[in-house]
Formats: sequence, structure tokens, C-alpha cells
Amino acid sequence: MIHVKVKLFAYFRENRFREEDRDLAEHTRVMDIVDGLGIDRDEVGVLMINSRHCSFETELQTGDILAIFPVIGGG
Amino acid sequence: MKDRIFRVNLTDLTTSVEDVPEAWAGHGGRGLTSTIIAAEVDPTCHPLGPNNKLVFAPGLLSGTVAANSGRMSVGGKSPLTGTIKEANAGGTSAQLLARCGCKALILEGQPKADTWYSLAVTPEGVTISEEAELIGKGNFAVLESLATRTEDKPAVICIGPAGEMKMASANISVKDPDGGIRSSGRGGLGAVMGSKRVKFITVTPGDGKVAIAEPDKFKEANRTFAKSLVDHPVSQALGQYGTNVLVNIINESGGLPTRNFTQGQFAGHEKISGETMHDTIKERGGKVKHNCHAGCVIQCSQVYNDLKGEKLTSGFEYESIWALGADCCVDNLDQIAEADNIMDDLGIDSIETSVAFGVAMEAGVLEFGDGAGVLRILKDDVASGTGLGRIIGNGAGSVGRAYGVTRVPVVKNQAIPAYDPRAIKGIGITYATSTQGADHTMGYTIATNILNVGGAVDPLSKEGQVELSRNLQIATAAIDSTGMCLFIAFAALDNEQCLPSLIDLINARFGIALTADDVTNLGKYILKTEREFNLKAGFTNLDDRLPEFFYTEAVAPHNVVFDFSGEEIDTFWNF
Repeated sequence: MIHVKVKLFAYFRENRFREEDRDLAEHTRVMDIVDGLGIDRDEVGVLMINSRHCSFETELQTGDILAIFPVIGGG
Repeated sequence: MKDRIFRVNLTDLTTSVEDVPEAWAGHGGRGLTSTIIAAEVDPTCHPLGPNNKLVFAPGLLSGTVAANSGRMSVGGKSPLTGTIKEANAGGTSAQLLARCGCKALILEGQPKADTWYSLAVTPEGVTISEEAELIGKGNFAVLESLATRTEDKPAVICIGPAGEMKMASANISVKDPDGGIRSSGRGGLGAVMGSKRVKFITVTPGDGKVAIAEPDKFKEANRTFAKSLVDHPVSQALGQYGTNVLVNIINESGGLPTRNFTQGQFAGHEKISGETMHDTIKERGGKVKHNCHAGCVIQCSQVYNDLKGEKLTSGFEYESIWALGADCCVDNLDQIAEADNIMDDLGIDSIETSVAFGVAMEAGVLEFGDGAGVLRILKDDVASGTGLGRIIGNGAGSVGRAYGVTRVPVVKNQAIPAYDPRAIKGIGITYATSTQGADHTMGYTIATNILNVGGAVDPLSKEGQVELSRNLQIATAAIDSTGMCLFIAFAALDNEQCLPSLIDLINARFGIALTADDVTNLGKYILKTEREFNLKAGFTNLDDRLPEFFYTEAVAPHNVVFDFSGEEIDTFWNF
């Protein structure tokens, strides 16, 4: 088992959560979390683990903080 | 209606309407203001003296029905940076100036006496009137009073007390369609307007219309263009959360400058975030979406109400919220909104002023997190021009010099905005090399460094950053000439139809045949023209550097410094 914190932003929070601690199987990938949340991968703009960009394929490690953002911008 | 140049000489109080010189014909917006300033202003002049000029120019597409084309550029030599300056904003002035057939309005000279003036622009030209009633008044009082003075709903361009007092961070305000304010914020051009003793300008086109050379082509191009904007997910998120959607993602990336640029993340980020702002606006009956100019299909602006449900501020932007929030450690969105509204009323740049407060907090003038103290100093000191008020009103660099602070986040004396250049290196190149001092909008590498728009370049690596900043700065200079809001760039970076349809719009408007290469060359020409002005004003490549502390103080959480050598930065200009 690994322990991971998942954080959601903008409209991904609607009917879901802001952040949640999860116990997951070893080798869980980012895409497994995204798919499990019912988030369309096409709507994902940015993925970060521990404040660094990552990809859907990245494997999570225990203690990781995963942040999932829709496509957003500003300035 | 034929485009002409409207000129006002404040020394002898004369006005004229001139044909557009051949060399200026293809320009609009920033390209035109910078071309005129470079042609007519001595780069060594004092920015607040009679030899500086202030130029207002709608973009090439302003005044037409083209989506998002309502930005007006203001240019001059900046009293804050000493460089050439262009600042653009929405509101109604770009469209109405264009409909007056005014390609550019040039203010020159300076009155010798203490009299204040107002200007009225119509298709016939400009008339000058003496103004007394509104002198000393805030921007909102000016807009309110002018709404009753005239019945024909003119555009209004005005300065507040900060501009009258010639503070180096005074901005120029433009009335929006609902009587709110948009600001040509950066670089103190409000002080230049104050130095010319012009309190406000009204613009009334009557039946004036912009001529379209090929109306059918124009309509078709606009359909494609608007669709590319509406369809882009960034446009949709901007409508829902405003620009403040960035607080959480920039915080997550470790690039949110906090506590006067000593940290890269702010513990109170959630309380000031776009998500919280969105929920608060809805709860209190404000407006989540609002357009700063007619024809905007993105609607990133909003109206933020107080607890009683009354309007507290509008156009509540990420940069202002970051600066008073994270940089000053104020985690109370209502206090930030009140400060934002006061700064709008005083007519002072909410980025420069808020970063100046961060430096003042480091100096011990007030404590970090003291939002009430910020409000007090804005009302008691900045508004009335006390010594402290003027030190803050002259910007972050001014505060640093007055109090002996060495951690002063400025480039060419202009405050660095909401992205730490150590943790997001591309934007550091933009801050360093921008022709106008630190300014994120000059080449918004955040799109590619953080947001994965227009590709992905690792924010912590030096690789590819100079080229990224260069390409974006060239493209931005061109976009700033069209009258388009810069937020079209998100669609332009990702959607293959966006930029070609924008070029089609320009071609149909004027009956010309620009290509994508022409547009790129326009961007290059603008940057080089602006740089040439700065070099003649005495700037060198050594001014294209970040403040020393960015090279020596590592910022958490990534514990990184800005590590570009001077030689590496200078390669920016290899084009």
C-alpha cells in the first residue's frame, strides 16, 4: 500500500472534493486516479506531483501529493 | 470614415487633425504608439516635462465587430522606468476613438500655468476646456459626474489623484460598459497625463463608423475567429473563475511569490483563490462573468460584492490579488477587494502599489498580513500625498530606496508581477529583456512553463526559455497592435484557425494581404523600435538583468535561484 494526497482544482471539485488522502495499491498511476474520479482525460490541463509536472503514466510513490487541474489560464 | 491623427498641443492650447503619414498607416495599438514615440520624443527627455508625449491608439481592429478587439494602447516615456512604455486596457474608448476616425490621439507640450483641462474628441477633432470641478476627485466621482453632464454616453479616459500628483505608478483609467474602470496600469502613464494637466478625455463618435474594405470576408473571418476563442477551454475557465484561477496552480508550482519574494508558496492561498472568489461572488449576488468591452466573448471580468451584497470592486484580477494577498500575506479577500477599489479610485497601478507595500512591510513600515494597515495608508497617505504616500505611490523601487531595503523585486524600476522567476525561469527572461521593465504580459511564458498551453517547457530548466520568451514577445507585440485582448493568445497557441482568421480580419478591414510572416515581422519591428529608444535613453544590456537577490537567495519549495548568465540573457536579442 502507498499513501497519497489527491488535490482537485477549479470545476473538478464540483461534486467531488478539494483534497483527499488515499491508500492505494503499489504501482498506481496518475491515470488510474483520474479515471477513477470520472474525469475526462481530455479536460485535464496540468498534472503535478509534489509541485512538479508529471504525466498520466507517472507511478505514484508513498507520500506524494498529486494535483489535478483542468485546462486553465489567466494572467 | 477616414483614419486621421488627432493632435493636441497643451503648451499653446491648439489642436489639429492630420493625415496619417505613410509610415504609420499599417500600424495600430502598441505598434503605433511606439512608432510615434520613437519618431517624435527625445529619448533623453524628462518623462514629466514638456518634451514627452502621450499617445492613445485604438488597435487595427478596434471599432469593428471583431470579437475581443476593444483594447486601447497608451504610450509615452515612462516616469517609472525611463523606458518607452505601452499600456493597454479594455473599456469603451478603443472602439469609440476608432469610430471617430482617430487612429491616434497625441498629447504634447505642457501648460505653463496651473490650470487643468479636459479634452473632448469627436469625428471633427478635439476641443479643449478648462476643468475645475473634478480636480482632486477620484475616478469614480469623475465617471459619475460626467454621466450627468453629458447625455450621449461618451467613452471616458481619466486620471485620479495619483495622476494629478504625478506619482510614478499612476495609471490611466478607462470607463467600462457598466461604469466600472479598466486601467492602462503599468509604468506611470497617468503621471504623464497629469503632467500635461489633462484630467479627463471624453470620446463621442456620434454616427461615426469604421469602414470595412471587404465586409463579407470580414464577417466570415470573424465567425471563425470568435469560434476559436469560445471553443478554447481556457476561455471557458476564464469566464467561470476569472484570472484569479491562477492563484492555486501557481502556488502548487512553487512559483507564487510570497512575503516579499522570500517564499514560493502562500499558506493562505485557498482563501484568496479563484475558486473561493467564484463561490463568494455567487453567494453574495455579484457577477461571475462580466465583459470589460463590448464584443468580448471571454468575459474574464466580474463584479465582487461585499457581505451586504453591494458592489465592492470589479475587474478583480489575479495580479492584484496575488500582490496584496501572497506577497503581502493578506489572506482576506474582502480587504484585498476594498484595496483594489481604492486603488482604482485613486488611479494607481494595483501591481506596482501592492508590491511596494510588500517592500514597505519588509522595511517594517507595517507588518506582513496587515490588510487594515494597507487600507489605512492608501486612504490616509497615498490619497492625500503625504511623504509616505508619495514614497509608496512612486513604486516598489522608491520604497526600497527610501528605507534601505535590498530585496526589491523590480526590473528597470518596475515591480515584478505574480510569478517567481527562480521557479518559473522563462518568465525571468521576459522580465529581464522586456523593453518596458518587468511585465508578465510582454511574453507570457507561464502558458508553456506551467499551463501546458502552446506546448510544455520545464519551468525549472533553462533549456528553451530564451527562445520561448522571444517568440512570445514578438507575437505579443503584434497582438497588442490589433486591439485584441492578449487572452486570444491561448486560443492562438493551440488552435490552428485562430491566428489565420485574425490575419484575415485585418486584411478584410483594410483590403490588404498580410501574411503570417508579415505579422511576425511587425512584432520584431516593434520590439526593435522600442529597444532602440531605450538604448538612446541610456539603457544598456546590463539593465536586462534581475535584481541581485534572485541570483543569491534560493526560494522554497524547489530551493532554486535564477541562474541565467548575462551572456545567455543577451542572446534574446539575436533576431
